[in-house]
Amino acid sequence: MSTGDGATSGATPARGTTPASEAGSAARTASGVATATATGAASDVGAATAAGAASAAGTGGATTATLGRRTPGLVPVTETMRTSERHPPEPPPSSSSDGDRERDAAPRGATRAVWAFWRLLGSELRLTFRRPRNLAMLAVLALVPVVVGVALRIAGGSGGPGDEMGGIIADVAGNSLMLTFVSFSFLVLLLMPVAVSVVAGDSIAGEAGGGTLRYLLAAPAGRTRLLVVKYLNAVVYAYAVTAVVALSALVTGVVLFPAGDVTLLSGTTISFAEGLVRIAIAVGYVGAGMAALAAIALAVSTFTEVPIGAIAGTLVLVIVCQVLRAIPDLDVIAPYLLPTWFTNFDAVLRSPIDTGALGEGLLAFGAYIALFGSIAWARFSGKDITS
Amino acid sequence: MTVVTQEAGAPFGAAPPSGDSAIVTAGLTKRFRGGQIAVDTLDLAVPRGSVFGFLGPNGSGKTTTIRMLLGLVSPTEGEYSVLGLPQAQALPKVGALVEGPAFYPYLSGAANLTRFDAADPTARGGTAKRRIAEALERVGLSAAAGKRYRNYSLGMRQRLSIAAALLGPRELLILDEPTNGLDPQGTREVRTLVKEIAADGTTVFVSSHLLAEVEQMCTHAAIMRTGKLVAQGTIASLSSGLVTRIRVETPDADDAARVLTETGLADVRAEGREVTAELGGHAPERVNAALVGKGVAVRGLAVVRPSLEDVFVGLTGEGFDVDG
Repeated sequence: MSTGDGATSGATPARGTTPASEAGSAARTASGVATATATGAASDVGAATAAGAASAAGTGGATTATLGRRTPGLVPVTETMRTSERHPPEPPPSSSSDGDRERDAAPRGATRAVWAFWRLLGSELRLTFRRPRNLAMLAVLALVPVVVGVALRIAGGSGGPGDEMGGIIADVAGNSLMLTFVSFSFLVLLLMPVAVSVVAGDSIAGEAGGGTLRYLLAAPAGRTRLLVVKYLNAVVYAYAVTAVVALSALVTGVVLFPAGDVTLLSGTTISFAEGLVRIAIAVGYVGAGMAALAAIALAVSTFTEVPIGAIAGTLVLVIVCQVLRAIPDLDVIAPYLLPTWFTNFDAVLRSPIDTGALGEGLLAFGAYIALFGSIAWARFSGKDITS
Repeated sequence: MTVVTQEAGAPFGAAPPSGDSAIVTAGLTKRFRGGQIAVDTLDLAVPRGSVFGFLGPNGSGKTTTIRMLLGLVSPTEGEYSVLGLPQAQALPKVGALVEGPAFYPYLSGAANLTRFDAADPTARGGTAKRRIAEALERVGLSAAAGKRYRNYSLGMRQRLSIAAALLGPRELLILDEPTNGLDPQGTREVRTLVKEIAADGTTVFVSSHLLAEVEQMCTHAAIMRTGKLVAQGTIASLSSGLVTRIRVETPDADDAARVLTETGLADVRAEGREVTAELGGHAPERVNAALVGKGVAVRGLAVVRPSLEDVFVGLTGEGFDVDG
């Protein structure tokens, strides 16, 4: 039983602030009346707050006195500054300044919103690029070109050309830049998609699963704003993945194989500098492909609260596409499958660059980004967040 | 200005004006897929400046209501208004704790707060460091600011989420079960903090299933039961429907009962060495004088005001986990 006797429980501060006149009104019909009278009470409290530090110190002293001893936890009122004292430089958030703020809000509000957007994106990128898991994936991807390079160097040194692999070995052995393209063709179909799917698939589902999504949205991050930030973050990671592979392959290539003019697939020869430009173009193209994959992963991510489900779902999709592409009878649908377009980066090895193939690929990536971006937005903007 | 489902700024219609209320809902209903009604035509009015206790057993729709107020869940029917502003403008002024703490385990406490502060489009990056340090100080976590969240105890986690709710200047604080997982010391500290925040003029909306806790902290309360609002009002007005009784401890129970009846008190009940009666308009000291005058040995005398638990039992006919 929690029935207190009047002598003790009647004197609690909560009761003390309640006007006695309200006691008579019936509970159910009280809402209107109670609202009006309680606002009176509220403004009284406000006035009391504004009355000054003297009274504040008084009540604070009383609080400490009743608490008796000091506790290591929440600090009693006397020991921390009041909110009004804490924020003297900032304009009061409510009432008086609202009018002023709205008057010159148009230009200032817009720049503020842009800054806030960059701040959130920065926070997202820091989170992604400081997370050990994501860094480990980048490290593994950086390692692959080194392993491939060393293997080709050994193979090139020992065996002579003759079989099918001989062509690649000869290409790479002939020029350091070729290792980048060889690495891309190894990684672009599975390992790079895995890394991108992990980050993009985790983006919404991971926050939902951890419960942080509700706090981000209550902040309020804004659903569309958060989704755009999440996607841009995934795109940055996709390009980081691509760039890490290219850089690692480039460095390994330069160390292990002779630098110099590059002989292209079509037999013509270009300068080393021209070769670097073509690598940059290939990075741009492959990154765009990974960004398209990130859009799929993001869309899947909005449908679940289990990040591993979103990641696995995306990868299953990628693998199914690879299987379908391997079946000759299904050639008709190949152009509609995203991974078909990943390998088109070899267009930069033609002379002149096969811009048609690159353009078609970019168009496919754009279509995938638009389609799955819309799905993600449609799902996420109306979703009930119950995690 | 009012929020109607997700659209901002639509007029309210017949609902009460929200100018003097921090939260108003009109016919707010949430039906989840599968037909389960979590919140049923809720009409809530939370006055500005109040400490408002939102009571109800687990599963009575408190958290779903809070999620709707924060824009996390869209109502099936009905309208709501927070601080009388469109949602995007209201939420930066609202600090919230929803269904327990949730943070990034691999980040430190301070880094977690930085993360959530960055999500608020109205928060300034330049002042973030100072505001975060102050919020951590306020909940007594300054010493653990650099420690990873993974290594926080449950009480520290709860405190960190209160700190997150205090990152900016707030006009409304929505605290869903703020004392969950806290030891009695921590519970008392949260109560002190809530009173302190309310003294600054911030409206505090506290949900709880602990009746005694709400009774100690709050000026107003609403009681939910299976998605429906059973009662709301000031703590005093909620109890006003119930009678105040006087309790007399005496070895002469029969004599005392007779004297009380003679004095004019109604519903006199004697149980062992204790006699109780409805006090009505009588002054307790006069009743005592009458008892002593008639030679009844009074060992103890108390005025028993109805508690929230009595209110709840009176309204619903059933009790619920009082001390959780």
